[in-house]
Amino acid sequence: MNVWIAIGATALGCYAVKLVGLLVPAGALEKPLVKRLAALLPVALLAALTAQQTFAEGGTLVLDARAAGIGAAAVALVLRAPFLVVVAAAVVVTAGVRAVVGG
Amino acid sequence: MTSAGSGLTIWQTCALSLLVFTGASQFALVGALAAGGNPLTAAAGAFFLGVRNAFYGLRLSQLLALPRAVRPFAAQWVIDETSAVAVAQPTRRAARLGFAVTGLSLYVLWNLTTLLGALGAEALGDTDAWGLDAAGPAVFLALLAPMLKTATERAVAGLAVLLGLGLLPVLPAGMPVLVAALAAPVALWVEGRRREDRLEEGDR
Repeated sequence: MNVWIAIGATALGCYAVKLVGLLVPAGALEKPLVKRLAALLPVALLAALTAQQTFAEGGTLVLDARAAGIGAAAVALVLRAPFLVVVAAAVVVTAGVRAVVGG
Repeated sequence: MTSAGSGLTIWQTCALSLLVFTGASQFALVGALAAGGNPLTAAAGAFFLGVRNAFYGLRLSQLLALPRAVRPFAAQWVIDETSAVAVAQPTRRAARLGFAVTGLSLYVLWNLTTLLGALGAEALGDTDAWGLDAAGPAVFLALLAPMLKTATERAVAGLAVLLGLGLLPVLPAGMPVLVAALAAPVALWVEGRRREDRLEEGDR
């Protein structure tokens, strides 16, 4: 029963925060400064998230095969490679480094 | 899948996936419950991880300009991936399409893999050995890169990376990313100060 309570509370809470952002009236977002802020927030969140998914293992920072993979993706991006090539570069290099180094 | 191995039933695992649909929150809840945590404390931790979706919603609200009646339905799909795809699109039409396609395909795939995982299927084996754990951040990076057009955007991203990584070892899960969001107002403030300085110089 406890598990269902936890699931229900999480579902309600998570849905509520998702909805809150969407329901902010367009008028409140018309000020240029607010508009800029709303546009920059996803940039900050996604950058932090990308870094964490590359360098984090639980609550600690690690440097492993993923860093090499994302490095390869960055190089591919600089070379203006298509989207799928960028992702493939990350996957292949990560797997390759892992196969060689075993990390 | 993690949830099946921690004492949740198939029904609970699937309900969690269908109703919460925010990967990080789901894993956090399952982990906290498995560790024997109080259900409401566990839910609070999972909630923190979901708070960033409100910030995405703020941007998506103006970007997608959805009719009010549609918003409660679209809300469930407001997550990292759909936001990343939608904000990377050049037009409103493309953003709406990107949001809907990403939302639908992820919702179906995520819940399907949850069900298969809960049923005990391990057909994929060790996906990390295939380097698939690098696909997520690579997709985010590819979507993020074209957004880093001006110095302000680059400063926001750089500061957010520093905050997100620097605070990771010291703050509870979910908090570092939220604090990293502060990079946006900070960069805007610095940008404003610089513009004022330039204006003052122009006056002289």
